[in-house]
Amino acid sequence: MEAIARITSRTVVLPIEDIDTDQIIPARFLTTTSKQGLGERLFADWRYDADGRQRADFVLNRPQSEGAAILVGGNNFGCGSSREHAPWALVDYGFRAVISTEIADIFRSNSLKNGLIPVIVDAATHQWLVENPGAELTIDLESRSLMLPDGRSVAFPIDGFSRYCLMNGLDELGFLLENASAIREFELRAS
Amino acid sequence: MTARSLFEKVWDAHVVAPESDDRPAILYVDLHLVHEVTSPQAFDMLRDKGLKVRRPDLCLATLDHSIPTVPVMSLKDLEIVSEPAAARQLMKMEENCAEFGIELHGLASDRRGIVHVIGPEQGATQPGKTIVCGDSHTSTHGAFGALAFGIGTTEVGHALATQCLLQRRPRTLAINLEGTLGPGVTAKDIILRIIGAIGVGGGTGHAIEYRGSAIAGLSMEERMTVCNMSIEAGARAGMIAPDDTTWEYLAGRPLAPRGQDWDRALAHWRTLPSDAGAQYDKSVDIDVSQLAPMVTFGTNPGMVIPIDDAVPEQDDPAFRKALAYMQIEAGKPLSGQPVNVVFIGSCTNGRLSDIRQAASLLEGRRVPDNVRLLVVPGSERVKRDAEAERLHEIVLAAGGEWREAGCSMCIAMNGDRVTRGQLAVSTSNRNFEGRQGSGARTILASPLTAAAAAVTGVVTDPRTLLS
Repeated sequence: MEAIARITSRTVVLPIEDIDTDQIIPARFLTTTSKQGLGERLFADWRYDADGRQRADFVLNRPQSEGAAILVGGNNFGCGSSREHAPWALVDYGFRAVISTEIADIFRSNSLKNGLIPVIVDAATHQWLVENPGAELTIDLESRSLMLPDGRSVAFPIDGFSRYCLMNGLDELGFLLENASAIREFELRAS
Repeated sequence: MTARSLFEKVWDAHVVAPESDDRPAILYVDLHLVHEVTSPQAFDMLRDKGLKVRRPDLCLATLDHSIPTVPVMSLKDLEIVSEPAAARQLMKMEENCAEFGIELHGLASDRRGIVHVIGPEQGATQPGKTIVCGDSHTSTHGAFGALAFGIGTTEVGHALATQCLLQRRPRTLAINLEGTLGPGVTAKDIILRIIGAIGVGGGTGHAIEYRGSAIAGLSMEERMTVCNMSIEAGARAGMIAPDDTTWEYLAGRPLAPRGQDWDRALAHWRTLPSDAGAQYDKSVDIDVSQLAPMVTFGTNPGMVIPIDDAVPEQDDPAFRKALAYMQIEAGKPLSGQPVNVVFIGSCTNGRLSDIRQAASLLEGRRVPDNVRLLVVPGSERVKRDAEAERLHEIVLAAGGEWREAGCSMCIAMNGDRVTRGQLAVSTSNRNFEGRQGSGARTILASPLTAAAAAVTGVVTDPRTLLS
């Protein structure tokens, strides 16, 4: 995985609460056995109409959303199914971070393993982001902070180990494999 | 010694290495349930890194999500009846399990079924175990006093390769349920009521323990229905203290311990319930004695009301968007709303007792011609047991379809789906936009409420049909 230290990008704002992973990537696209190419299906039922044409009123279809790597969602983003296809689709589309006031547990865990930074902010900061779509932000993992265009800096929580893995491009599996002897001892003790 | 909760006891017993500020805990996994949709990329990862499956003996694998529910006995049949991508995914699962030495309850197996139905049914799900699966409804297994939670595909790979996961300990939430359920009110109504009370994010970051007299009085199948939907309140895990009901259910199951092993296991299981004075980070009290059958009206399971209430009015964009999608009006009750499809099945309500309940209302009645009723047993064993009681004859005589086991119309990636604009009353777990098919509209309800809708063609309080 690629190491990430900071992301600077404009935002796309989707201020709907409880966006579930069935919206992020509908189940009918989960018959794939690959991680690739899911960006095309991202938010498929909101992005395209029944005939597969782009819906002009959906935010991702607006020209100003082009190239934005930060998605601002409503509270409880990523709830529902555990499908890792959701962060795969977001990353394949070009997103590198999701910001909300709350991010669902499994989605957050999956995001951290795919270089998609989950950023949880307070309600006031969130409201500012919703009211200022397209704002250019910097998300800095080193300082665990979000920099707004007016120079304000907002701290966000991120698990120390996940942050270390993201910043060094490490897969968590390596750490588990290094602990093989402790796992073996546990198995002997438990049997 | 300090008083510990059920969750704390199970967690503590599985810590290979404790967590610290800069390291999550390494948590050992006793049972890894594997299915075709969330595992292929994990098997590819193992292949890329030249890794083996550490404990194939601790994996239980099946085909459930993308499998058609029309009879498929061979790979050749599959190519004919299935969508090509789904067929490829199912065949890939057969190949992956063969290559990595995992026993698969596959196409022709009489033990095949929805992963959360067969784990308990086979006796693989046991008190005190840690159980994971690349599926958020893994919380189901918490009904046995196991710590069971859904994981993503990367973690499926971790569990396959190391039998461990890196985890931060969640906080605990006690939900105390007291009172006796009235006639026609079920476990499904209890969990829908809970989600309505605490919200779809109310359990985020927590493991729930369901407690109290209303829980102790439930059967294992009813407890599974409650724990199954913990994730719909945002909680990865939902647990219930094991008791006599649990042992009675498990005794004699194919993968349950036997003889002296059973006695030893039972002695351990009896130590698992929360100690008096155990502390929880949060707690909620709910009285179920006045509970009515519950129905959802919106596009998440927290948007739920008693069947005799009017849909609430709320001035909020997400709320208005949900009602617009559902084509449902605020201020009016759902009763009387015409339905197109009724689905009875899923890991929430696809067990024998669910089908019995539905059949009790279908018997001697007929589904109107303009309504489609699909009844899908949760496993091949549930199907056989139901057929032994001739429940399938009741379903067929009422004009319903009786299918092979699978996730079916709950996830709509296997050929079974609700068509655009149609309204379904479903015993499944998610009423998200498009969950049962692109443009489909879903009302979640109990098997009794679903059967009542099937025979009347409109949303109906099942209590009006009870004899």
